[in-house]
Amino acid sequence: MNSLGVGRDATLEALRAGRSGLKPCTFETVTLDTHVGEVADVDDAVIPERLANFDCRNNRLAHMALLSDSFVPAVECAVRKYGAHRIGLFLGTSTSGILSSEQAYRQRDPETGALPAWYDFAATHSTSSLADFVGRYLGLEGPAFVVSSACSTTAKVFGNAARMIQAGVCDAAVVGGADSLCLTTLYGFHSLELVSKRPCAPFDIDRDGVSLGEAAGFALLERAGPGDRRDDIRLLGVGESNDAYHMSTPHPEGLGARLAMEGALRAAGLGTKDIGYVNLHGTATPYGDASEDRAITELFGTDTPCSSTKGYTGHTLGAAGIVEAVISILSLQSGFMPGSAQTRTLDPALRSRYLLENESAAMDRVMTNSFGFGGTNCSLIFGWAA
Amino acid sequence: MRVFVEGVGLLGPGLCGWEAGRGVLAGRSPYVAAPAVLSASALLPPAERRRCVPTVRLAMAVGAEALGHAGHDPVGVATVFTSSSGDPDTLHNILETLASDDRELSPTRFHNSVHNAPAGYWSIATGCREPSTSLCRDDESFQAGLLEAVTQVVVDQRVVALIAYDLPYPEPLAAVRRIVAPLGIALVLTPERTERTVAELEIALSQGAVEPTRMADPELEGLRTGNPAGRGLPLLAALAGGIAASVEMDLSPRSRITVEVTPSCR
Repeated sequence: MNSLGVGRDATLEALRAGRSGLKPCTFETVTLDTHVGEVADVDDAVIPERLANFDCRNNRLAHMALLSDSFVPAVECAVRKYGAHRIGLFLGTSTSGILSSEQAYRQRDPETGALPAWYDFAATHSTSSLADFVGRYLGLEGPAFVVSSACSTTAKVFGNAARMIQAGVCDAAVVGGADSLCLTTLYGFHSLELVSKRPCAPFDIDRDGVSLGEAAGFALLERAGPGDRRDDIRLLGVGESNDAYHMSTPHPEGLGARLAMEGALRAAGLGTKDIGYVNLHGTATPYGDASEDRAITELFGTDTPCSSTKGYTGHTLGAAGIVEAVISILSLQSGFMPGSAQTRTLDPALRSRYLLENESAAMDRVMTNSFGFGGTNCSLIFGWAA
Repeated sequence: MRVFVEGVGLLGPGLCGWEAGRGVLAGRSPYVAAPAVLSASALLPPAERRRCVPTVRLAMAVGAEALGHAGHDPVGVATVFTSSSGDPDTLHNILETLASDDRELSPTRFHNSVHNAPAGYWSIATGCREPSTSLCRDDESFQAGLLEAVTQVVVDQRVVALIAYDLPYPEPLAAVRRIVAPLGIALVLTPERTERTVAELEIALSQGAVEPTRMADPELEGLRTGNPAGRGLPLLAALAGGIAASVEMDLSPRSRITVEVTPSCR
C-alpha cells in the first residue's frame, strides 16, 4: 500500500496506466516546496479499539496494508498450520511513529516542559512499536524484532527471516514494514539538499533529487517444500553489504551496491543473464543514480532491463524495500516491466538499459535493490517456485 | 544452536572495559559506580570523529574492544548492532528544532538520527563491507540481537560481532522512557572453537514466562533492568565467572532464551 492506492492491484494498475502518486506537498504543517507520495485517508483510518494506544500514522499505515489483499487470512492459515509461536515477525521502519513526538513537542507544558498526557512513547515513537502492534494484531508469538537500517531496512528483513527459517528458529515469518511521512524526514532530506521541487525523475538528465513518500507492505514467507505450486514465488537470494564510504553519500563507483547484487546472485546460484528485470533503488539524486548505474553496468552490462518506480511512489524510505519487492513480484507474475514516471530524457552518461516506457516480457527471475544512509545495501532475487 | 565466544567488550558506569569489569561482574571485586567516558574512536577519520554522537562512540568502543580481545581484523567481520533507540540527544534536538519557528535541521544531525548510524560509522572506520544488521526490540533488544547474531553464525558459518548499546534520553523524553545510564556490550561469536575461544554458548528458545537470571549486586541489577543492553550483564557475569552456568532471559512476555555457558579451560 502506497500513494498509488491500497492493495497490489491498485499499484499494478497505476504502473500500467503511467499514473504517478506524487502530488504537491500539503502534508501536516510542512511549508516545503516539494512533491510527496502521500497515502489518502490515513487521517480517517481507525486502529482497532483493543490496540488504541498504538494509534499513530505509522501503525495506521501498517494496519491499512494488513487489511488488504487477504493478508490476515493467509497469516491465520499459517498460524493454524505451524502454531503462533513458530511464526517469526521481522519488520522494518526508519522513523516509526516519530510524527507523534513531533506533535507532542509542540504541546509541551510551557511551565515544566513536560510532554502532553496523550503521548505514548513506547506504543508510537519507539522503533519497535511497529512489531509490537503488528504482532499483537496478528496474534503472533514467535521471535520478533524491528530492523532499522534506513532505506534498505524492509529489504533486509527478508534476509533475517530466511536465516531464522533456515536455522529452524521458526517455520514461517511475516516480513515487511511501514514508513510514514513526518517532518523529520521531509526537513531532514531538505537539509541535505536532496529533495526535488518537482515530481522526481530518476535517471533523467535533469534529475535533481528525491520526492518522499510513505507506504506499508507485508509478505508471508514459508520454508520451501515439495508442496509448493509452480506459480508460488520463491525468495532465491539475498545480498547485503556496506559501502564503508560516507554516511549520506553512496560510494562513487557503486562498490557496495555491486557487492550486494553479487551476494544475492551468489546466494541464488545464478548469473546476471538469469535476471529478467532489475527494480532499481533509483531515488533520482544526480549522484545516487550515477553510482547505481555504474554498479549495474559493470556487473550486468548494458542489456538487462531496469527501472526505478520511485517516480510513481516517491521514495518511501524504510518501506521502499517491501514496496519494490512487491512491485518486482508483480512484474514477474504479470510479465510487465514498468517504465519510469517523469523521466523524459535519459542522462546520456548513464549506460544501463533503463526503461522509459512499460514493456512486456516473460520473466523467470527479478532483482530489486535497496540502499540507505550509513552505506547499507541490500539486493533481493525472486523467481518462480518451480 | 551452538556458538563460541572469542571476545568481549564492555563499557558502562563503573565498568570501564571487559578486562577491568570482569572481576566486578564475577563478584571478585566491589562495584563502584562512576560515569562512563565515551570517546570518539581513533579509527574514525577526523571529520567523522567530530561529527559522531554518543551512541556511535559507545557502540564503537565496545565493538573495538571485543574484536581486539578476539584478535580479529574488523574488516572481515559481519556485525549485528542492537539498541532500543537511535541517538537520544540527536532525536531530542531534532524534535525541538521541528517544534520551533525555524525548522531548518543540520544535515549532520539528520544523518546521525538514523538507527543504523553506529553501523555506518563503524563501516567507514573499519573499512568493513560485510553484511550488517541494525535492529531493536524495546527492552528485549539485547536478546533479539543475540538471537540474530547467533542465527547468522550458525546459518552463514561466519564470525559475527554483536554490539548492544543504549543511552539515557534527555528531558522531556526521559520522563516517558527511563534509561538509567549508558551501557554497551559486545561479543565476538564464531561457528567453531578456536584457541582464542573464551566459552561455548548453547542457545535455546522456549515458550513460557521466565524469571530472568539476575545480578547479585543490587546496583548492577539496577543497571540490568535500567538499560536494555543491561539485559546481557548476567551472560557477561557467567563468562567472567569462568564456571559453567545457565542464563535465562525473556524474549517476550511469553517466550524465553536460555544460554548454557561452558567456559574454555585456558
